[in-house]
Amino acid sequence: MTLELTRINRRFSDYPALNDVSLSIAPGEFLALLGPSGSGKTTLLRILAGLDYPESGRVEFNGKDFLAAAPRERNVGLVFQHYALFRHLTVAENVAFGLRVRSRRMRPKRAEIDARVEQLLKRVQLDGFGKRYPSQLSGGQRQRVALARALAVEPDLLLLDEPFGALDAQVRVALRRWLRRLHEELGLTTVFVTHDQEEALELADRIAVMNRGRIEQVGTPREIYQRPATPFVCEFIGKANRLALRREDERFVAGGWTFAADPWMGEHAQAIAYVRPEHLTLSTEPVPGAWRARLRHVYLAGSVAHLELDVAALDHALEADIAGEDLARMGLHAGDGLYVSPSHAVIFPLDRDGRPIAGDRWLWRAGMATTPTRLPLRRSEVELDAHRVDGGIQR
Amino acid sequence: MRRRRILPGFNLSLGYSLTYLGLIVLLPLAALAWKASGLGLEGLIGLLRVPRTLAALKLSFGGATLAAAINVVVGLLVAWVLVRYRFPGRRLFDAIVDLPFALPTAVAGIALTALYAPNGWIGQWLAALGIKVAYTPWGVLVAMVFVGFPFVVRTLQPVLETLEHDVEEAAETLGARRWQIFLKVILPMLVPTLLTGFALALARAVGEYGSVIFIAGNIPMKSEIAPLLIVQSLEQFDYAGAAALGAAMLAFSFVLLLAITLLQRWSHRWSESTP
Repeated sequence: MTLELTRINRRFSDYPALNDVSLSIAPGEFLALLGPSGSGKTTLLRILAGLDYPESGRVEFNGKDFLAAAPRERNVGLVFQHYALFRHLTVAENVAFGLRVRSRRMRPKRAEIDARVEQLLKRVQLDGFGKRYPSQLSGGQRQRVALARALAVEPDLLLLDEPFGALDAQVRVALRRWLRRLHEELGLTTVFVTHDQEEALELADRIAVMNRGRIEQVGTPREIYQRPATPFVCEFIGKANRLALRREDERFVAGGWTFAADPWMGEHAQAIAYVRPEHLTLSTEPVPGAWRARLRHVYLAGSVAHLELDVAALDHALEADIAGEDLARMGLHAGDGLYVSPSHAVIFPLDRDGRPIAGDRWLWRAGMATTPTRLPLRRSEVELDAHRVDGGIQR
Repeated sequence: MRRRRILPGFNLSLGYSLTYLGLIVLLPLAALAWKASGLGLEGLIGLLRVPRTLAALKLSFGGATLAAAINVVVGLLVAWVLVRYRFPGRRLFDAIVDLPFALPTAVAGIALTALYAPNGWIGQWLAALGIKVAYTPWGVLVAMVFVGFPFVVRTLQPVLETLEHDVEEAAETLGARRWQIFLKVILPMLVPTLLTGFALALARAVGEYGSVIFIAGNIPMKSEIAPLLIVQSLEQFDYAGAAALGAAMLAFSFVLLLAITLLQRWSHRWSESTP
């Protein structure tokens, strides 16, 4: 049941909503399409559902041409952000809808439909709610009805369009875990659209990060977070400090800190580095080469403390995360002087105009060999990524 | 804590509303009932058993019901086109819908008569087919459809505009065909509004006088409407008879509208207010 999208293009009157998007979804996979609004993720989902059509490109499901089939022939289950329940029908009638509209030949017997509805309502933990109307349910309950309705037709593919977008934070987290368990039970190929990175990182087997109609990177949540392929992914997923680097002889420097070696052999004069807040090492003792910083503010958020640091040698403040216990042990207070150095960074070369060069990156780690070897990205990553990331450098 | 209301002084505003309703609506109706009571119950029943009166009432209510039914179907179509399609001249078309509201009813009646008379633009073609509209009950129906038409369109339009497109798409992905989406999803959600439009168009057609009398020809027992009988009674200074007929129409209209309201509430049972 592989779903194969090849070079999809879709234009809305003046801008490209999808630009040469290719993606392959494995059977039983839970894939998240993650991106800011306007990145094309919903358009891609609507194309899969048959509610929109691309100008060019192919969609194949099990080797069959998906685009040639009408929405009702595709056997997909679609769940909308705003539930889209039939408000004039009861919960049970909503769930049964997809079965009742079938032609007489395909339609299960009435008793069979009732039994299946009951079973589905139990599955979404709404048994006993069958006779109510959607207006009498809470948001979380409505969304579970919508899910049961989509599952009733036994789809080959489940599509979820920001399903938790209209719910409040607590319900969202609870429903998210529940959905993950449900997916493990059913093993249904699922494509899930969200702009909430936390949701995507927690739920998905793989994430496709989208930006301006392109797929920036496809990978497991771990890959996306630890080995981002583009500057956009660095900035969109998690938090990252952005540093401007200059080449000096055989190395890159930022405000006195040296990122040893130059993997591009002098090809690029500038680069940008992204350093996660948890990848900044703090010390009250002087460290050779480290930036001198002053602690401007501490935000204690439960177990983690977010530190805002003024670094004179850099043009902007840095954010560092340390464990709350470490903060207490180091006895840090606003106004204290500190030494800061990065332990990991993702570095992208820039061209003469200061634009990142697509498909090249360097995963830097403190204490790595002076001459890093250039390694290609993992093969699957190269294949799946429409926005080719060819020769990354990593250790 | 006391709930804050938008209008200040609940007692004042309620009192004002009730007084206003009493003066403008109930007082004239009470006067009508009082006047009619001069005839006595027997007199009233006797009056209603006159074949000519019965025929007129039948035409008035039957015609109005049929006209409202036609308006519901055509009005739904027009409202659908106005809301769902974009075409040149849409706004003009939209404005034209209101014309039956604005036109003096006598003018409308004369215009319709001119059109449907055996020598009129439409009437001559219909006459060739052997169909007579003007000066027959069909003429009454045409006039009633004309005056009631805007009600259905105008009540439906806002509801159609707020109908979520999501719901239709959901039905489509669940395998519904287009006619199933219309019959099982869209129409049931419109029924309460269609009933409102039906009731308004019906009420308007029952009470319509000006436009109907020109095209009807007013042949007793055939194309004579009840309001015309009332006017004729008044011209003969039979005030009690006129009031009695008026009261009978009023009672019948009230029962009809009440039934529609109950039906509407039942068809709207899925809305927020039900427990």
